Amino acid sequence: MTDTPLIEAKGLTRHYGSRIGCTDVSFDLFEGEVLAIVGESGSGKSTLLKLLANEIEPTRGTVLYRLRDGAVRDLARLSEPERRLLARTDWGFVRQDARDGLRMGVSAGANVGERLMALGGRHYGRIRGTAADWLGRVEIDGGRIDDTPKTFSGGMRQRLQIARNLVTHPRLVFMDEPTSGLDVSVQARLLDLIRGLVADLGLAVVIVTHDLAVARLLSHRIMVMKDGRVVEAGLTDQVLDDPADAYTQLLVSSVLAA
Amino acid sequence: MTPVQDGYNFAYLDEQTKRMIRRAILKAIAIPGYQVPFASREMPMPYGWGTGGVQVTASILGPDDVLKVIDQGSDDTTNAVSIRKFFKKTAGVATTTHTAEATIVQTRHRIPEEPLGAGQVLVYQVPIPEPLRFLEPRETETRTLHALAEYGLMHVKLYEDIARHGHVATTYAYPVEVAGRYVMDPSPTPKFDNPKMHMSAALQLFGAGREQRIYAVPPYTPVKSLDFEDHPFRIQTFKDPCALCAAEGVYLDEVVLDDRGGRMMVCSDTDFCETRRAAGHRGAMLGTAPAEIAGEASHG
Ligand SMILES: Nc1ncnc2c1ncn2[C@@H]1O[C@H](COP(=O)(O)OP(=O)(O)O)[C@@H](O)[C@H]1O
Ligand SMILES: [Mg+2]
Repeated sequence: MTDTPLIEAKGLTRHYGSRIGCTDVSFDLFEGEVLAIVGESGSGKSTLLKLLANEIEPTRGTVLYRLRDGAVRDLARLSEPERRLLARTDWGFVRQDARDGLRMGVSAGANVGERLMALGGRHYGRIRGTAADWLGRVEIDGGRIDDTPKTFSGGMRQRLQIARNLVTHPRLVFMDEPTSGLDVSVQARLLDLIRGLVADLGLAVVIVTHDLAVARLLSHRIMVMKDGRVVEAGLTDQVLDDPADAYTQLLVSSVLAA
Repeated sequence: MTPVQDGYNFAYLDEQTKRMIRRAILKAIAIPGYQVPFASREMPMPYGWGTGGVQVTASILGPDDVLKVIDQGSDDTTNAVSIRKFFKKTAGVATTTHTAEATIVQTRHRIPEEPLGAGQVLVYQVPIPEPLRFLEPRETETRTLHALAEYGLMHVKLYEDIARHGHVATTYAYPVEVAGRYVMDPSPTPKFDNPKMHMSAALQLFGAGREQRIYAVPPYTPVKSLDFEDHPFRIQTFKDPCALCAAEGVYLDEVVLDDRGGRMMVCSDTDFCETRRAAGHRGAMLGTAPAEIAGEASHG
């Protein structure tokens, strides 16, 4: 741990033509910290996540990232090879739709092994061994290693995405609604697994969710978004137990009422 | 250039088109294994017939060249015969079936068994030039992957092969790394021929007509077949020598003799086989094989 943030977002703004994706978002994220971004559909959560992950360009604002060697870099100034290397070594991205985050046509083992091979892994037995190990850690039966994700349930696909991302021991993982669309019991199991892995590996996570219960369970800090702006931010328990902002109060009470 | 037959420019293509294709070829030679886009022209034959290779050959052909055309390993198939005829008619060049006599060999599938020498050019007819296509259908993305030499996906494909079959089951179009940089599809040659590409004295040119790509392996360029440390690249081996000419360590085709399961394994490279038989080599079934298979070493 160090007292330099892993991520420093400053005035992040993204317009889609005349429409606002998100506007003027600033925050720090430290190593090992879990930040939840909550808000209604269309409030700019996914836009913010893609800006952080350098997948879209900001209209204004910057994201500073502290590399493993300690150097702090402006993501917009990274070269394409640097950006791609960072994305597949130091970062993970778990997508809401597993089909966007997995190769549906290749086996679970190859899905997990892909990053290793991209980094120059050329020993089949070792790649397969590591893949098997990771399948175990995300509670996928080793007997499924040669099956494609097409044959997997929704929960298994999300767990496979997680294994595929964590195999290179990233320090930071982005998650966009990783549990939505799953049955409640499947959700609970997945959340449990994510919580365990995050704690074991000391991961920093930025997780987007519209589900305050997910935020409560996983995150240390929370940012509430509305119409592309952050309306309230703070420690998760404090914000959810004692919201200061009127909109957050509404959001929290509607969840309590549900 | 005088037209060989009324209505045709030498080797069919007009001079401007040939210059455009030659520029693509020069660029391809300068960047070994890199797929250079070119404006493919309509040729008087269907795409599946190797129009890419034909355009490359047409662009490098000179009046003194001697052309050999093979399909599989044979000079006699319809495809090979019609391409040979095409150039005889449109360019009036000499043709041959003997590898050693040819200055240009146009091929689909095989590299001749007889090692090619300096000054010879091997032109491949390529149906699918993009080795990453199998796992990454997006053209913009494959271009980036080549540009950044991100070739992990190729090993994902090999991994899948081993996971499914216990070994790399890809036997044709087996991907290679050229000059330590670009990954290339030598499609659709059998992997048996991959080692012949390595440090070959001949210039190797690849033309894909429908896909509008030309790529090249210049003479004496390292060509490495992709593999894993614990599953090293291996070529096919054959238990018995050629039944007609007794050659070993060459690529054999299975020929079905009758409907009672009779079969024999013979050289796929017919010129190589005939040359050996003419020199007195005799395979186990040379005396008994039907005439249409054993044939006699005569070609037009
Ligand atoms: N690619 C896009 N083109 C145009 N508008 C977009 C695009 N992506 C998002 N938006 C708009 O930006 C706003 C925020 O969207 P988004 O970040 O997806 O919100 P959330 O993830 O919170 O649902 C919405 O008004 C949405 O319609
Ligand atoms: Mg969203």
